[in-house]
Amino acid sequence: MYTQGLDIPKGDKSIPVEKADSAEALRFQARIDADEKIEPKDWMPEGYRKTLIRQISQHAHSEVIGMQPEGNWITRAPTLRRKAILMAKVQDEGGHGLYLYSAAETLGVSRDELVEQLLDGSAKYSSIFNYPTLTWADIGAIGWLVDGAAIMNQIPLCRCSYGPYARAMIRICKEESFHQRQGYELMLALSRGSAEQKAMMQDAFDRWWWPALMMFGPHDTKGDAEGIKSQHSEQSMKWRIKRVSNDELRQKFVDVTVPQAEYLGLKVPDPHLKWNAETGHYDFGPIDWNEFKNVLIGNGPCNKKRLKMRREAHERGAWVREAAMAYAAKKAKRNAA
Amino acid sequence: MSRKEWPLYEVFIRSRNGLNHIHVGSVHAPDPKMALENARDAYTRRGEGVSIWVVASNAITASDPGEKESLFEPLAEKVYRHPTFYDIPDEVKNI
Repeated sequence: MYTQGLDIPKGDKSIPVEKADSAEALRFQARIDADEKIEPKDWMPEGYRKTLIRQISQHAHSEVIGMQPEGNWITRAPTLRRKAILMAKVQDEGGHGLYLYSAAETLGVSRDELVEQLLDGSAKYSSIFNYPTLTWADIGAIGWLVDGAAIMNQIPLCRCSYGPYARAMIRICKEESFHQRQGYELMLALSRGSAEQKAMMQDAFDRWWWPALMMFGPHDTKGDAEGIKSQHSEQSMKWRIKRVSNDELRQKFVDVTVPQAEYLGLKVPDPHLKWNAETGHYDFGPIDWNEFKNVLIGNGPCNKKRLKMRREAHERGAWVREAAMAYAAKKAKRNAA
Repeated sequence: MSRKEWPLYEVFIRSRNGLNHIHVGSVHAPDPKMALENARDAYTRRGEGVSIWVVASNAITASDPGEKESLFEPLAEKVYRHPTFYDIPDEVKNI
């Protein structure tokens, strides 16, 4: 989902592949295999620490950037009810970013460092947030599909081996359900509306369907041939940072989402989509991984805009952060005197 | 990082009266008062709590997981500290 793990380029040695032969490493793996949780001050392999910092911070950045596409519609929400809902949702996204930064910091990295990596473009965030929200129906599509895909991905993360990350995910999952339901309810309202509203809903669905499927990341096995195999998938599985494969999650998402789309009277924009009675799953067509790669390397419709807005917001807030620190220092001095 | 980062505070929340405060995460803030406000915004958006504690993270002294054995193992041997250690005949009631 928000942790596609793709900012690890081929040949990147910064995350060492562990040779799990030291006594400490063996003991660590034994704890993981016994489904014990790892806590901040426990011994852990450097690769485990780095993988987590990267994954959790990438996840946090996604939440923070994820406020933009929806924030874009707050002032234009059609009713006060929808506006209040949307504000609460966007605030949640910011909150989720904070839970996750907080979890990442337990691994010995500072918040400022992480924010810096987002702002200078060296850290990645989920490809999904680089698509524009063109109409009000996009707000429904995001809640329903994007948050729906996120839930699918995040539920297994609640059982991740690293305690602080797992606990943050439990908190997030509890709130995410509201996000998905409000999105679906918004779509439901449009599905009962005028012909124009129905067309607007279908258009939003057409644009978000494939990007939502891409959120699960590259294929676990076929990925190599497509040049975008998830680099550390196997190691992450062994460490129980990741617990279910990308393809399994994607299939599960398709299986639950198609009937929901049908209920809304939507047509899935995939000519290959059909129910396979033998497997008990929907078969679906090939994903355009070139588009995916393109969005990830910065050429999506909104990459530049999203980062620019984030940087500007950060810079505009600088004086507040400094003034608050100066005031705290002054007060501390006065109290000491 | 040349800039001065806001200090880190650990956040503890009592979900309702009668229960202990439980650690939920952390926030950055310039002072304890703002830490409290930030903690409220970040951790209690859905009535998760009736009371919040914030504690400067660097004020916490924690035990070392490496010393877990020397700290806690001896207690595992003291089985006589548990009520189940004692055999009481079934006919004796209310004990």
